Amino acid sequence: MTVTVPEVLFRAVSKRFTGSSAPVLEGIDLSIERGEFVSIIGPSGCGKSTLLKLVAGLAPCTSGEIAVNGMTPENAREVVSFVFQDATLLPWRTVEKNVSLALELERSQPPPERRQITQKLLELVGLSHVAKHYPRQLSGGMKMRVSIARALATRPRLLLMDEPFAALDEMTRDRMNEELLRLREEQNWTVLFVTHSVAEAVFLSSKVIVLAPHPGRVAHVLDVDLPYPRTEATRESQEFDDLVNRTSRLLREAHRL
Amino acid sequence: MKQRLMLVLNAAIVFAVLVLVWWAIVRVFKVPPYMVPPPMQVAKIAVARFPELWASLLITTEEAVGGLFASIVIGVLVALIFARSPWIRRTFFPYTILLQTVPIMAIAPLIIMWIGPGLSSVTLIAFIFCLASIIANTTQGLISVDENLVQLFLMHNASQAQILGRLRLPHSLPYLFVGIRISSGIAVIGAITGELFAGSSQVGQGGVGYSILYAMAQLQTAYLFALVMAATALGFTFFFLVMFFEWLLLHNWHESAARQSGS
Repeated sequence: MTVTVPEVLFRAVSKRFTGSSAPVLEGIDLSIERGEFVSIIGPSGCGKSTLLKLVAGLAPCTSGEIAVNGMTPENAREVVSFVFQDATLLPWRTVEKNVSLALELERSQPPPERRQITQKLLELVGLSHVAKHYPRQLSGGMKMRVSIARALATRPRLLLMDEPFAALDEMTRDRMNEELLRLREEQNWTVLFVTHSVAEAVFLSSKVIVLAPHPGRVAHVLDVDLPYPRTEATRESQEFDDLVNRTSRLLREAHRL
Repeated sequence: MKQRLMLVLNAAIVFAVLVLVWWAIVRVFKVPPYMVPPPMQVAKIAVARFPELWASLLITTEEAVGGLFASIVIGVLVALIFARSPWIRRTFFPYTILLQTVPIMAIAPLIIMWIGPGLSSVTLIAFIFCLASIIANTTQGLISVDENLVQLFLMHNASQAQILGRLRLPHSLPYLFVGIRISSGIAVIGAITGELFAGSSQVGQGGVGYSILYAMAQLQTAYLFALVMAATALGFTFFFLVMFFEWLLLHNWHESAARQSGS
């Protein structure tokens, strides 16, 4: 008999920032299984980003606990990567040096291996031709690809993404969504994805979590049973539309909770 | 390249026009040469007394460069301490502003009294002139790092040394250069001010400031003009050297330096 450990487990998690009376998050109970793509949506101020920071171990829970692959978030950092809303690249480093940053910091690989991993990742995200460029020479979409490549360099099991495509125009965003799914097929990480966009959440996820605000808590958990791989055709399907509408309705309800 | 040539040409033309206006004013209003000497007389005396002029300039350069370098080293160290905590900043930062507001003219005689006239006291005065802007700008650079980047480093178990060396220091480099650029001109002013008070330990052998005093006492106005112009040229050279190093280090990645290079 094997006991599967959930990839991320929230047990009665609450978060209150010091100096403020109202909690940001309260009583979060969630279990995310290995290989799931989970989106978190909710009105602004419902603590979506805070939730990710807690999983990353960048802030402590006020009460309750989070386990990442059975470990505390601080100890699990090695298998977790974070992608921020801005590309957060180092402007003084070339694209390839930005991608290898995390490997350099962790000193887990000798330099030749680092270069090899970096090269492969740049190929994977289609940026080999700008490896020696500096971030200021890239478009918003390209910068975000570099950011994702950097996150993947350490071979994470779990990817935490905080509105990574919010600053992009809609067409670039749709393309990035498809690319992200393609990458996941090859590497099979678990994803916790925060977004404002219902359509994006439905398109990407196997599960959508709707948060209600003040304090942030789980209002609904919605399974998205559209088959992978998802493509342009998925977006045009009736099932997709229905799911987006249903999720939007739940989101509006959550607002009133 | 062609653009840069045009720039140099423009500057040269403006300079020529200014000299011409100077010459015309002296001529038309019959200004006595001990008040304002004509340009040719200044040029002649600059050539005739070139070894002397050059020696003064070298001494002043040594003091200004010494003061500037010392201010960069000490300024960055102080900024690193300031960047450690808001508490330290709140407590001590007002005193760096004091560095700028206390009339240095008033301190210069004290410093000379304490450590005696000569190279080291003048260098110290130039150093004090430069320090404030290095500290202020570098501190600003060190603390204005994007919080998300710090968290990214922490996510990958970066040490404090890595966060400093690979994030905070490179990020603050453009800020440091703003400070150095401001200080490069101030260093020359500081050195000359210091010399006005400190003079020289050897008679007849001093920096530009000392020579200015000497020339004034002797009513050698033309040489005085030559000295002032030489000091101005020195300040210019400093400024452009700093700009060059800034471009060299930053043009690849930093917007402001990249704009200067016209790319």
